[in-house]
Amino acid sequence: MIEMFQYAFMQRALIVGLCVAICAALVGVSLVLRKNSMIGDGLSHTAFSAFALATVLGLAPLYVALPVVVIASFFVLRLSQSKKVHGDAAIAVLSASSLAIGTFAISVSKGVNIDLNSYLFGSILSASWTDVIMSIVLAIIVVGLYLFAYHRIFAITFDEEFAKSVGVKTGIYDAIFAAICSCTIVLGMRLLGSLLISSLIIFPTLTAMRLAKNFKGVVFASVLISIIAFLIGLASSYMLATPTGATVVLVNLTVFILATILKKLK
Amino acid sequence: MSLLSVKKLRLKYGEQTIIKDASFALEPGDFACVVGANGSGKSTLIKGILGLIKPASGAIEFGEGLDQTKIGYLPQDTRPDANFPATVEEIVLSGCLGHMKMRPFYCHHEKKHAMESLAMLGIENLAKHSFANLSGGQRQKVLLARSLSATKKLLILDEPSNNLDYKSRKDFYKTLAKLNKDQHLAIIMITHDLDADDLIGNKVIALENGTATIAKTEDYLEKYK
Repeated sequence: MIEMFQYAFMQRALIVGLCVAICAALVGVSLVLRKNSMIGDGLSHTAFSAFALATVLGLAPLYVALPVVVIASFFVLRLSQSKKVHGDAAIAVLSASSLAIGTFAISVSKGVNIDLNSYLFGSILSASWTDVIMSIVLAIIVVGLYLFAYHRIFAITFDEEFAKSVGVKTGIYDAIFAAICSCTIVLGMRLLGSLLISSLIIFPTLTAMRLAKNFKGVVFASVLISIIAFLIGLASSYMLATPTGATVVLVNLTVFILATILKKLK
Repeated sequence: MSLLSVKKLRLKYGEQTIIKDASFALEPGDFACVVGANGSGKSTLIKGILGLIKPASGAIEFGEGLDQTKIGYLPQDTRPDANFPATVEEIVLSGCLGHMKMRPFYCHHEKKHAMESLAMLGIENLAKHSFANLSGGQRQKVLLARSLSATKKLLILDEPSNNLDYKSRKDFYKTLAKLNKDQHLAIIMITHDLDADDLIGNKVIALENGTATIAKTEDYLEKYK
């Protein structure tokens, strides 16, 4: 199995995948526990349309997608907390519209070679060294932020109004969270594509919630599960010659089912 | 100086004025019940005191050693997901966040203070328990312990007995009265019920037509009952 890492593209896939798996797990804990799981889905579709438009217009996709998704995530997070708007409906509208815009842009463009499949289902094996560096930087920022703001993240996730009352600047944390959430999704699209990236955010937390009873336990278990599922998924996809993204999701699904059965048996 | 002085406070939601004029003062050890009809602005008033709503005009002044981040608040809408993974200890410790400034981790003193808050309510044995597995009355005590971790001077409770049955409510009120007496803790509590049994404090802040007036409980009962 070690032999697969003699290839440079596998080494890059391993590093990018591990970094994204760690970030997605950490972002996922807050999203799932704040009942904002579908935000990941909405934002990944937004990233898809931004990637597609940028490619059609001849711009660097990553540099277009990143700011677009950061802005979208900030508004979607605010919207989901608003009592005046149905946040879930807004996310559904955003998801469908973004997919439609992306697909439309690709279909009307002429002379532009776009691999729609890689946007939708990921192509981690084509990750570049730039992706590797960006993933490492993102992972350092996300882990560092989580360590620095861990107790505040817990307070906001559990009871935002109380957190505000003791002076936690929830608006600033929301903005930072929106930014790291967006970066994780944009980079994660390399791994799983826009249709599957949200599963990497949701599954590890859901599985961890079946195994751990406290917040700290869920955070640690979520990261661990995400890493293990990615490693098994990557190795399996190499040996079975299956798509990496889909294999990682299926491993996550299997681990989730096993954890659910284990919980029932306890 | 009073522990809390509210002077000609006006609070708005958008263009709508909810509180036209609130003026009252509380001393250490006061226990004030906030009463008023639905929509009279009870929650708005306490959110104004907590700094969660910016006043349109007027002033809120705090006595020595107290500021908005050192008030122990028990929100009305805290109905966490039954599956939320948190231990009692994690929740009660989060009450200490107002003392941490930019420090990322709790210090020994804060951990000790959180345990003392649990002990004050006689639930220190629940520290390692999962919040999701507790009864309604136990959960409310845990959230009260979190508020106690945030303050040594002033508690603000927004309809804390809402989801409690009769026995748990009586038990909860008894706990509040004991805290008020033993710890000399000032308390502001919104109560939905206007039964004399629920007006357990020494003062009543009554909200009517956007105006808040304060009176001694016996005077209020004399006037309205």
